[in-house]
Amino acid sequence: MAANDTVEGGARRRRGRVPPLPLLVPALVGLAFLVVPLIALLVRAPWAQLPEQLTSPEVWQALQLSLVCATLATLVSLVLGVPLAWLLARTEFPGRGLVRALVTLPLVLPPVVGGVALLTALGRNGVVGQYLVSWFGITLPFTTTGVVIAEAFVAMPFLVISVEGTLRAADPRYEEAATTLGASRFTAFRRVTLPLIAPGIAAGAVLAWARALGEFGATITFAGNFPGRTQTMPLAVYLAMQSDPAAAISLSLVLLAVSITVLAGLRDRWMTAS
Amino acid sequence: MLQVTGIGAAALLTLSACGSSDSGSGASDADSSGASSGKKLSGTVNVFAAASLKESFTKLGKQFEKEHPGTKVTFNFGGSDSLAAGITGGAPADVFAAASPKTMKTVTDAGDADGKPSTFVRNQLEIATLPGNPNKVSSLKDLTKPGQKVVLCAKEVPCGAAAQTALSASKLKLTPVSYEQDVKSALTKVELKEADAAVVYKTDVHAAGDKVEGVEFPESKDAINDYPIAPLKKAPNAAAGKAFIELVKSSDGQKALTEAGFLKP
Repeated sequence: MAANDTVEGGARRRRGRVPPLPLLVPALVGLAFLVVPLIALLVRAPWAQLPEQLTSPEVWQALQLSLVCATLATLVSLVLGVPLAWLLARTEFPGRGLVRALVTLPLVLPPVVGGVALLTALGRNGVVGQYLVSWFGITLPFTTTGVVIAEAFVAMPFLVISVEGTLRAADPRYEEAATTLGASRFTAFRRVTLPLIAPGIAAGAVLAWARALGEFGATITFAGNFPGRTQTMPLAVYLAMQSDPAAAISLSLVLLAVSITVLAGLRDRWMTAS
Repeated sequence: MLQVTGIGAAALLTLSACGSSDSGSGASDADSSGASSGKKLSGTVNVFAAASLKESFTKLGKQFEKEHPGTKVTFNFGGSDSLAAGITGGAPADVFAAASPKTMKTVTDAGDADGKPSTFVRNQLEIATLPGNPNKVSSLKDLTKPGQKVVLCAKEVPCGAAAQTALSASKLKLTPVSYEQDVKSALTKVELKEADAAVVYKTDVHAAGDKVEGVEFPESKDAINDYPIAPLKKAPNAAAGKAFIELVKSSDGQKALTEAGFLKP
């Protein structure tokens, strides 16, 4: 009871205190800067034509492809990214700083550059890609797999960063205790570490998924643009903008709605993780 | 001969356009007639031009600066759509040269062109194939053969619209591996050997040198793009802008443009 009172009293005091103006003004400008463009989309949306535009098969095709590819890219990121994050957080090896820098590079690289890099590596004529063609007959550009690869390339660093941060914050002594009790290092990771860092993994996965959903530059450069196969929503929005801005706004609204729904739905996990 | 009368007609149209909208543009009108009669030009000329005009217009800009000492030509090359959006949004430009009448119409509809635009060159489609043409492409129909990786421009951009016109005129159905966002990215996919062929402009094949091989096809005659040019109403340097347009339409200008692969209007 007493404890409750103090907590509430503290909360009331915090609420009553006026924030200093030099912080409040830029904070509100910052908020407006991020929110006003999104509100503008709502203001300019061609609401009357919206149902017609959104029920067109092309839009559904692009949305479906976007959701499937972003989810697959997130799965790829989980399977490869969590072990990578573990390696960076829990092991010592020479050049680890460099490896971490390389892993985070796609975060700052313009996505188009990522697409060009993927094309020179995995393209039909690429450094690795030419062997994929001659040995296995696999070509990746212009395929849905290419979209997943492009999205994973751009999104995985978000997951790795997030999981590595959580791993560093998690106490390694639980793992050590498990290994001294006879568990192998992999068992300790699977049974102890993984449940411990689950919120961090979830947060990283959401971040990666959202990034993959919005991916444009690497996708259009590496996978091209073909409706139903490689045309994701951002590509559809970009091309619609060339000829029919109203349609582009409608498509943007769909993407906005999907993103908000997902972020809002996962908010609790998101909050506990951060 | 036709060109000379064309310029004359354009000048008349410009004059009459200025005459009918008598407020504000009177001064620039006087300047422009002065320019054509040899009055000294100065200052910067801002030319907004379609990306495909880059090489030839840069060359003409240098020539203009040489012919009119004291002037400087600055270019803003880009997609015609975004350039048109910039102009209607109030960008300080003297001349607009677009890759399609449709994009020019955006500017004229907004009342930003000074007089009627005129076509100064035309661009024709060509097939760009890998060097040496290993798949022996000799017609548009050859591109529809299975196993060929062909890229087209998206229908939303001028080169894609032209390709669709050519395809439907020849009653061909072509499924590309990708609809690229602009003509240069379509060409790049062939340069990188990721695609076997692309339908692009003659001028792009020309500019790519020996990285691709061009194959002409007769159906391209049904889908020729007109390039219109117009002086702009809110031009900061209207006289010099009009002089630049005269250079583009002169025999020197036309020579530079045809060397780049453009067709005469």
